[in-house]
Amino acid sequence: MSAIAAEGISIAFGGLRALEDVSFAAEPGEVFSIIGPNGAGKTTLFNIVSGLYRSQSGRVLLAGEDVTGLPPHALAARGLSRTFQNLQIFFRMTAEENVMVGRHLRERQSLLGALLHLPSVAAQNRDTRERARELLAFVGLADRARDPAGGLPYGALKRLEIARALAAEPRVLLLDEPAAGCNPVETEEIDRLISAIAERGIAVVLVEHDMRLVMRISRRILVLNHGRVLAQGRPAEVRADPEVIAAYLGRHAAEAAHAPG
Amino acid sequence: MPPEWLTPRRATVGGLALLVVLLWLVFPSGFYFRVATLVWISGLAAVGLNLLMGLAGQVSLGHAGFFGIGAYAVALGPRWLGLDLMPSLGLGLVFAGLLALLVGRPILRLRGHYLAVATLGLGILIWLVLNSEVAITGGPDGIHVQRLVLFGWRVAGAETWYWICGAALVLGVLVALNLEESPLGRALRALHDSEVAAAVVGIDVARAKLVVFVIAAVYAALAGGLLALFNRFVTPQAADFLHSIELVTMVVIGGMGSCLGAVVGAAVLTILPQALTVFHDYEHAVLGLLIILFMIFLRQGIVPGIAGLFARRAA
Repeated sequence: MSAIAAEGISIAFGGLRALEDVSFAAEPGEVFSIIGPNGAGKTTLFNIVSGLYRSQSGRVLLAGEDVTGLPPHALAARGLSRTFQNLQIFFRMTAEENVMVGRHLRERQSLLGALLHLPSVAAQNRDTRERARELLAFVGLADRARDPAGGLPYGALKRLEIARALAAEPRVLLLDEPAAGCNPVETEEIDRLISAIAERGIAVVLVEHDMRLVMRISRRILVLNHGRVLAQGRPAEVRADPEVIAAYLGRHAAEAAHAPG
Repeated sequence: MPPEWLTPRRATVGGLALLVVLLWLVFPSGFYFRVATLVWISGLAAVGLNLLMGLAGQVSLGHAGFFGIGAYAVALGPRWLGLDLMPSLGLGLVFAGLLALLVGRPILRLRGHYLAVATLGLGILIWLVLNSEVAITGGPDGIHVQRLVLFGWRVAGAETWYWICGAALVLGVLVALNLEESPLGRALRALHDSEVAAAVVGIDVARAKLVVFVIAAVYAALAGGLLALFNRFVTPQAADFLHSIELVTMVVIGGMGSCLGAVVGAAVLTILPQALTVFHDYEHAVLGLLIILFMIFLRQGIVPGIAGLFARRAA
């Protein structure tokens, strides 16, 4: 059973068909990438799958369960987590607190306990802080834990978002352009990070423009163009597809050809 | 470095409790106790409102409405329902909480200016009922409140009320700080910065906002009830628009998001008018001017502003 599956997703904004009959499925532990030119509908697809938009037709399945139309927090409770292309960081909180918020679903919520600061709440806070520290170490931000998130550099914020998304212990992780705006060193770190996440058995769905990164780490790739599926398959197949080259890879072909894997 | 056990939460609550005791030692007359009691009461309402505004970033321009509900509960409960004062106060808190729960759901869907206007409307509505239902509430002339008798002890005197309200404030601050250091507190701070990001990590944003709206309403109602018991009289002014604005100003001047700031803001807005009476006719003009100056020179609010100055000096 696929960790996540979208079936026949369509949505139109006004008269503009942003997505038309798009389907994909990602398995546990695989990196599944969605590529395509700007405006192809990649982020729109993410927003539908993560419950921010409602599709006009089609279904979204999480581990076989139909979750179409559920709000984002309900999807998160069913094991879906994501990051954002334009960062959505809690800027007034520290890096550590950002990740602690990510633990929300794993924490017992007791209003009375919270108001009275019962020992169980204090113990849980310590536990949450510890888990947040571990995740910050995992993404390489251990030494920035107490820094206000607002003061972190761009590349660090990208990884902070990943740590926060992982804090919920998701089964599916949607990453929206995690390497955008990162320098080659940072991109390499992201690359390692994504592979490590997939090795934990999480299905990683990736939207990314860096073709070297995509070709290197993806098991399968979905190519979107003008809201339609142009091609789907393994990196080598997609790279050789004449339609894909014409529509998108033309510009990136040289890059893609030089990518190992 | 402060010792390990002295967390900011304990330092704030302990410091505030110490202040209540110290002021009692130095205050020479009933007038001072009276003003301080008013500070504790307004502080309590502001601490609750700060949870909504400072922590969760949601505006309420109608919070005096809940204050008025608490205040009128202790006046109307004994008169119309034959209840004692304490059950009346309890009923007032429950009613304010339920009303917040009921109207909060649709209202809190709104954001920014729209939320401000909707809460403004709610406040005005409550004031209107209190002001115009003359047969029940006594209308604009206000209504008398019985003297509080607890287990045969007649609660009287500014000094007694100073202690009761001081204790209520310290407890209120403790509970508010407890909330800040809980999953819900973190969720509220998170949704203040990004509702979308809060939702995708699993926070039920609508519910979190609703819970803090109810909590803030109960704080205000408790403060209102205490004021009515202390003054033994209540008028619809307790619930009017200007009082709502005053509460918001307390939170903003003291420093949004700072629990201690809310208390400081309440102190400033309660004490300044007393101190400014020397300006006679120009009292309000000077008060307004001072508020503007506060906002220009301590834009983050008094407490965070001063804390920032110290942090910079230390660095």
